[in-house]
Amino acid sequence: MTDFNQKDPISIDINGLSHWFGKGVNRRKVLNTISIQIRAGEVVLLTGPSGCGKTTLLTLIGALRKVQQGEVNVLGTQLGDCRRQERQNIRRQIGMIFQGHNLLRCLTAEQNVQMGSDLLQGCSYLSRRNQAREWLRAVGLDDHLGKLPQDLSGGQKQRVAIARALAARPKLLLADEPTAALDSSTGREVVDLLRRLAKHQACSVLMVTHDSRILDVADRVLRMEDGRIIPSFG
Amino acid sequence: MKRSFFQSRKIPLAWLLLTRQPLRLLVALAGISFAGILMFMQLGFRDGLFDTSVTVHKLFDADLVLISPRSKSSISMSGFPRRRLVQAMAHRDVIGTTPVNWNFLLWRNPESLSTRSILALGFEPGDPLFKDPELRRKAKALTNPGRVLFDKRSRDEFGPVSEWYEEGRLVETELAGKRVRVAGLISLGPSFGADGNLITSRETYLDLLPGTPPGSIEIGLIRLKPGSNPEAVVTSLKKSLPNDVAVFTRESFIEFEKNYWRNSTSIGFIFTLGAVMGFVVGCVIVYQVLYSDVSDHLPEYATLLAMGYKLKHLLSVVVREGVFLAVMGYIPAYIAGLGLYSLVRSSTNLPIAMDLNRATIVFVMIFLMCMLSAVLAMRRLVDADPAEIF
Repeated sequence: MTDFNQKDPISIDINGLSHWFGKGVNRRKVLNTISIQIRAGEVVLLTGPSGCGKTTLLTLIGALRKVQQGEVNVLGTQLGDCRRQERQNIRRQIGMIFQGHNLLRCLTAEQNVQMGSDLLQGCSYLSRRNQAREWLRAVGLDDHLGKLPQDLSGGQKQRVAIARALAARPKLLLADEPTAALDSSTGREVVDLLRRLAKHQACSVLMVTHDSRILDVADRVLRMEDGRIIPSFG
Repeated sequence: MKRSFFQSRKIPLAWLLLTRQPLRLLVALAGISFAGILMFMQLGFRDGLFDTSVTVHKLFDADLVLISPRSKSSISMSGFPRRRLVQAMAHRDVIGTTPVNWNFLLWRNPESLSTRSILALGFEPGDPLFKDPELRRKAKALTNPGRVLFDKRSRDEFGPVSEWYEEGRLVETELAGKRVRVAGLISLGPSFGADGNLITSRETYLDLLPGTPPGSIEIGLIRLKPGSNPEAVVTSLKKSLPNDVAVFTRESFIEFEKNYWRNSTSIGFIFTLGAVMGFVVGCVIVYQVLYSDVSDHLPEYATLLAMGYKLKHLLSVVVREGVFLAVMGYIPAYIAGLGLYSLVRSSTNLPIAMDLNRATIVFVMIFLMCMLSAVLAMRRLVDADPAEIF
């Protein structure tokens, strides 16, 4: 594991974050005073039993939900005070990889990746297309540029999704069980690739996973239970 | 700083969403084209009807027209004293007049011997009647009694008169119970009021309709000095002539006839309603297609929102889908419209043709239809919650 210098800038700074779902008597606390810091370039894994609030935490960091209580500072912006417009702009700097690949069915692999690079301002169409090709080459899919998602295997689709997330040159990458739909060796390949490319971009990664076989790719592993981060014993 | 085209150019998502689902696109285009064709036909029939109601009116060589105030339309003309035309001559701007008799008579088909109502015009063969000089040459043949000029564009039900005449055969038949001979062919065209036309001399006309009071005519044509103001002459004639005649300019006479068909019959309403039905059917189809398209792709739209695309951007994708559908659906509708118009022209002789005005109206309707449906389908997009896709 890499030792992180205390002087590295902090990508994610969460203090006393709590979150509830439902209303009235059904109101249920899913996150309980969570505080974590993740530094730029760090790869952090988040594990824990299902229903412990991992995904909720991820959507809060990804500016997809409104912060109810506590402080969430992502890439220097306090999400608690943000309006929808500002949250949308923050999202452009955050790459997201989902459990399902969520590729656009009507677009080819290349076009899907370009949907990511299209978010970059001030680049010509040609340069964005070339970037999309570069990323597909980086994930080892240079032979599949023109294929539709339906013609790709699960691992290939997830690799396209990674290329798409990275094509927007994010400073932070959030991944929710990216290996869930893949067999173990493909899963391994995908996370290794993810780590390598993220490190190369100095992009922090927060990955939710159940998969104990991939824990070693992380610089740090956080365990969650019942809406709390439990101190690690490692 | 201006952003260049290449900097703002993106993946044509709307286009790809449509074209990568060819079956759905085909259904949508079929629906839009159908709606467009329906609108083209209904509006075409409506305008064609109003136009054909004045086929003969448009041909008259006249600046002003006198009719009886009791005449409501070309199919119910009343007579007025011919003297009014002589009185009108007193006005210094009037240089010539033509009295015209106008009535429907029973024509016997010389082949099948069945009878049918035909519009007969009676005039003094030496007088100018139509602007077209062709009639002036042929009118000489009418100086003999019992001669008529037959409109070769009359409907086929009147018999193969023009074919027989061109073959050189002597065509004689019965008109209002009296024998007449076809002394020539003219080209006028049928209207909604009259299936066929013929022209005869005043003498023959009075012989065919002996009940006509002497000196009574249905239409009085007035020609003015070049450069005179028709409106001013109308005002002054209205003042000087008794109130048993109504004075029109040529244009208002044509409008008067069209207005009868427009307002006193339900024809205009029926065809307009037909066009509206086409519009509604089109709206439903396009809305269905766009709505199910948005619903099917909801997780993908949510993903785009999560990636940082703005809702505005996605809304514009739906709008662009609507624009593409409108343009792609309009083209086949336009082509089919042209084809159907020429089919209607050849089988009914109605002067229906594509004009820029109608082509524009139908395009605007199709465009509105697609935009309206796109806006309604967009409401579904609000359901795309990026937090749900994790």
